[in-house]
Amino acid sequence: MEKTREKMTRMLDEGVVSGILGLRLRHGHPIPYLFTDSASLGDWIVDETNRYLVTKILIRISKKHPDELIGIVVRGCEERSLIELFKNHQLSPDKVKRIGITCSQDLAKRCRCDRPYPSEMEEGERVKPAEDFSDLTEIESLPEEERFKYWMEKFGKCIKCYGCRNVCPACFCKTCTLEDPSLIKPGGMPPEIPIFHLHKAFHMADRCIDCGLCEEACPMGIPVRKLYRKVRKSVKDLFGYTPGEDGDSKGPLEFLGDGSYEPPGVGK
Amino acid sequence: MLSYETVLTTCTYCGCGCGLLLEVLDGEVVGTLPQKDHPVNEGKLCIKGWNAHEFIHDQGRLKKPLVRKEGSLEEASWEEAFDLVVSRLLEIKDGNGPDSIAGLTSAKCTNEENYLFQKWMRVVIGANNVDHCARL
Repeated sequence: MEKTREKMTRMLDEGVVSGILGLRLRHGHPIPYLFTDSASLGDWIVDETNRYLVTKILIRISKKHPDELIGIVVRGCEERSLIELFKNHQLSPDKVKRIGITCSQDLAKRCRCDRPYPSEMEEGERVKPAEDFSDLTEIESLPEEERFKYWMEKFGKCIKCYGCRNVCPACFCKTCTLEDPSLIKPGGMPPEIPIFHLHKAFHMADRCIDCGLCEEACPMGIPVRKLYRKVRKSVKDLFGYTPGEDGDSKGPLEFLGDGSYEPPGVGK
Repeated sequence: MLSYETVLTTCTYCGCGCGLLLEVLDGEVVGTLPQKDHPVNEGKLCIKGWNAHEFIHDQGRLKKPLVRKEGSLEEASWEEAFDLVVSRLLEIKDGNGPDSIAGLTSAKCTNEENYLFQKWMRVVIGANNVDHCARL
């Protein structure tokens, strides 16, 4: 990744960007950091097993520093998330500079990723897409009753930590739909199932970029990504829309007037 | 100033010891992230952990000891607070025996602090009545 590191050094030294968000190795752990001085880029690291919600962190930084142009190191999924955030006015495209990195074939396979690379990158080879819906085919082959039983058993483990929401890089509403008392009873444990989980799945249907961070964050091992993948696939089949794809097309549910979207620019 | 960093630390809410990253934006703690490569929580947190940063800059956070005077809590110096604790504990111990005193400690303390606390309860006070808040 030396060519990428050199590029980042130039960007910081020449003042092209005010900072670059990426991972730095700290006490042996790769953790998010905003590099503002090229001298510290020696600690910059690419790590395949520890993906963080970098684009969501960027929203937080950009909201406080709207005039700064900030660089961000992105994988394919993280770039898809950026695109959704641009479309939904949570980040401004002219204030974000992407630095693309590709994933390994191994990671692509592990993630069942259909686009394991960003649109541009400094070095490395584009690995083969590893789209694989066998997880969905498997559950869809079960009779309806068994499928429902499967999900109710999984949802029943939920401890309502909101981790799947907190970590979601396409999730930004100021008033969270999961905390809307008219939809979901506030307080108390356990959460109402399956409404709690299905509601989130519908709400994110045309924004989910299938990064899988939600499932990685679930302390109870609920296969939430499987559910979102199904909904994402349905949106593709029904509307021909794939969240995170470049272009000016808006999410189809935005036009349905279901109230699930915040007006532009009012998110956290 | 433009600065953002994450600081590795351990959750203070219970005895599990989950790894956290505190998000520090321009010198202010603004959020918590689960540490992905921590052997205990492996990138996951409960709802308490996800909100572990909230008390840090909270307006209601206690920064000085409070002593109840004529029914209401008032700020006091550490010296005054310690003097009161010592005199009252001695008074109770001498008057009613060490078993009339119990100690309640916290998962927010370190392992070493909790060890010291039980040692202090047993040796200095002379009672085995020690418990903690983390019966989760």
